[in-house]
Amino acid sequence: MFSNLSYPVLQAYWWIIVSLLAALLIFLMFVQGGQTLIRQLAKNDKERSLLINSIGRKWDLTFTTLVTFGGAFFASFPLFYSTSFGGAYWVWMLILFSFIIQAVSYEYRTKANNFLGRKTYDTFLFINGLLSTILIGVAVGTFFTGSEFSVDKMNITNVSDPVISRWETATHGLEAAFNITNLSLGLAVFFLARVLAMLYFINNIDHSEIIQRAAKTVKICSAAFLGFFLLFIDLILTREGFAVDPDTKVVFLEKFKYLHNLLEMPLVLILLLAGVVGVLSGIFLGAFKISSKGIWFAGAGTVLTVFSILMLAGLNNTAFYPSTFDLQSSLTIHNASSSKYTLTTMSYVSLLVPFVVAYIWYSWKSLNKQKVNEADIENDTMKY
Amino acid sequence: MDHFDISLVDWSRAQFALTAMYHWIFVPLTLGLSFIVAFMHTIYYRTRDEKWKKMTKFWMKLFGINFAIGVATGIILEFEFGTNWSNYSWFVGDIFGAPLAIEGILAFFLESTFIAVMFFGWDRVSEKFHMVSSWLVAFGSNLSALWILIANAWMQNPVGMKFNPDTVRNEMVDFFEIALSPTAVFKFLHTVSQAYIVGALFVVAVSAWYILKNRHLLFAKKSILIASVFGLLASLFVAFTGDSSAYDVAQTQPMKLAAMEGLYDGEEKADLNALGFLNNEKNNSNFKGVRLPGLLSVLAFKDVNAFVPGINDLVNGNAEQGILPAETRMKKGKISIQALADYKKAKNEGNEEMTSLKLKEFEENYSHFGYGYFENKEDIVPNVHLTFYSFHIMVGLGLFFILLFAWLLYASLKDKIGKSKLLLRISVWSFLFGLIASELGWVVAEVGRQPWTIQNILPVGVSTSHLSVGSVQTTFFIFLALFTILLIAEVKILITQIKKGPEEGGSHV
Repeated sequence: MFSNLSYPVLQAYWWIIVSLLAALLIFLMFVQGGQTLIRQLAKNDKERSLLINSIGRKWDLTFTTLVTFGGAFFASFPLFYSTSFGGAYWVWMLILFSFIIQAVSYEYRTKANNFLGRKTYDTFLFINGLLSTILIGVAVGTFFTGSEFSVDKMNITNVSDPVISRWETATHGLEAAFNITNLSLGLAVFFLARVLAMLYFINNIDHSEIIQRAAKTVKICSAAFLGFFLLFIDLILTREGFAVDPDTKVVFLEKFKYLHNLLEMPLVLILLLAGVVGVLSGIFLGAFKISSKGIWFAGAGTVLTVFSILMLAGLNNTAFYPSTFDLQSSLTIHNASSSKYTLTTMSYVSLLVPFVVAYIWYSWKSLNKQKVNEADIENDTMKY
Repeated sequence: MDHFDISLVDWSRAQFALTAMYHWIFVPLTLGLSFIVAFMHTIYYRTRDEKWKKMTKFWMKLFGINFAIGVATGIILEFEFGTNWSNYSWFVGDIFGAPLAIEGILAFFLESTFIAVMFFGWDRVSEKFHMVSSWLVAFGSNLSALWILIANAWMQNPVGMKFNPDTVRNEMVDFFEIALSPTAVFKFLHTVSQAYIVGALFVVAVSAWYILKNRHLLFAKKSILIASVFGLLASLFVAFTGDSSAYDVAQTQPMKLAAMEGLYDGEEKADLNALGFLNNEKNNSNFKGVRLPGLLSVLAFKDVNAFVPGINDLVNGNAEQGILPAETRMKKGKISIQALADYKKAKNEGNEEMTSLKLKEFEENYSHFGYGYFENKEDIVPNVHLTFYSFHIMVGLGLFFILLFAWLLYASLKDKIGKSKLLLRISVWSFLFGLIASELGWVVAEVGRQPWTIQNILPVGVSTSHLSVGSVQTTFFIFLALFTILLIAEVKILITQIKKGPEEGGSHV
């Protein structure tokens, strides 16, 4: 079935798959958002333990989604992998360090003789929640604002200096955090993750005081999220975008490019609006109705919103990873992708994704049949 | 290669070696222990005997502690190909990215989803679904090993691909040739089966310690019985797959085989240097010790009369055996690189005749492409001492494990396991030997293939990201500090849990 698709269609297909993984990742980062809320929502050790164990059963799903996102991006757009990871070195390294310290913290925090003490592990969780959400947002922001790098594949034949991708700023990615557009997206992701976490707690936890506190805090965080999110949307829709001439493949700046993309791809516009409505109704349900359905609306809304934003960045003759140093070095889904053969092969593998989602769904359901409460956690020999 | 920033390459390699070797402390235990937990869980499911439930929970808890740090140290390895090996990621990403993505989609989700069920499923899900989840964890972790080892095997023996001069990279042309290459098959079988040894040694070590302390005797004896059966089968299989791997290395990476054996001058009826020492001489009088006549030829080519090339043959060439001198290959490599540049130029200028001429020239010399980046013929020789000793210690330990498991199994069946203090003490320490053998296996595989990231096509020096040495040094030391601290934490937690013992498997802290 995929063998009959044209190369450009396969490239678009893979941009869609990678974007879908990214969208799921941002949704699942409610785990990270939750990690920044432990002190705020819990008033004693028992409550802390309840919150951590509630998100603790989901942390490795988020982690795995991140790893799979990385692998899928590598397999489908290897030039992005080599240019961005090797160039914006410090941003990615900081994100990775924060995930390294997260991975041990749940398992080790309450174990006897754990060397660093529970507080340190809880701080690790907080750092991961703060850094990874903001920095992943900042990194995605550069899909619209660009970075300073150059790419010349033929440099591999320059025996004395064979460098294909070269980052042109000494700060190696940290400069991205000083851009208002990138930063507004970073903070929007951070507050969104917190909002989703609180909606998840409302869904998952049987503890009326915590639910009350969450319902209150979710209003404040939602306001902050909306502020930064609207600022980001305003900034990208009104800015010059990185357009590609479909015939000559020349990259050029086009005023209101992302607004044009939105209007020229009405399906994306509909998905974006549906996503925003989903997030808003989820917030409303959680904050005002204390309904456990909030997370599902906001979660689905998050996936749709992030997905459509990434469609704006990569489809409709747009450079998804632009270079402001040298426009013609910008990465597009055509010049950065894997070969037709590899994309076709991987497309068959992607057919397994619905099966994976199904078993994740099934086991999630089986484990979450009942809400968790303090007694539950106390009696669980495998608790964190 | 003096015009490359040698110290950037070295620090990038050091960082990769550091992170990979730390990761590998935990992986074999995950791979091995996951099956042992699944076995025990099944026995509990069948018998509903609380003793087995306690055992399952105890080993599962230790598995979880180890798994967490395995995950923590693993994430960086995937992203490091991008962060530190940028040229590599473009040059072969079309092939190399696929197994990494498949690993995520097929294996990691299986692992992480069912680990949650395995840990938190007691009394929450049906007992059958719970037991099946333990098996799916074991299956998932081993499946992830399969894909990452296919990726590694491809670097050692690049098959199923073709260079595309227009995109300036290697592209996949046959997925199944890559996934099913003999190098990949042997590498997978050898690596996972040695991981089962490590898992079995862990169970044996903990149980032997209990017996020495006169604690949990019944539990410990049962655990040793299961582990010694599993371990004996695994260690015999490791010997068999190790032999097949050596055969494969002889065909695809003759320089690695020469370094493993410290063989400088190639010969027919080549002796196997079994036990002894190397000096610094660059001929066959470099080895002092026990030689097994003709065995290397048998090992490498299944033929006692076969010629096994030595380091000198591969560096200086051997016309009689049809081996090109490195300098010739370097020349041809340079021609290939230059032809690629000329091809592109001609194509841009629309000179069709020149384009096809240069393409032909490029393709004729492509099998030497990577050699074109070297300045000295000696650049193609890996660190011989490190490869030689790692290989020999690994093999020695492998033989020792067979004897140990056989002894343990015999003692278990005769119910004499508590009688020999010596056997128990050896058993406690053997876990450490298992880890050492396992790490040395990677040293042989990775040091032995230097200076290549992709055999004959891309040297390490041409693979790195364009970073300052200071940046890589900084991240190196951050990793060193972070991983060391986490390792200390893991070991302390593990030892504390072991000291508490399985009787308290029901309580949390």
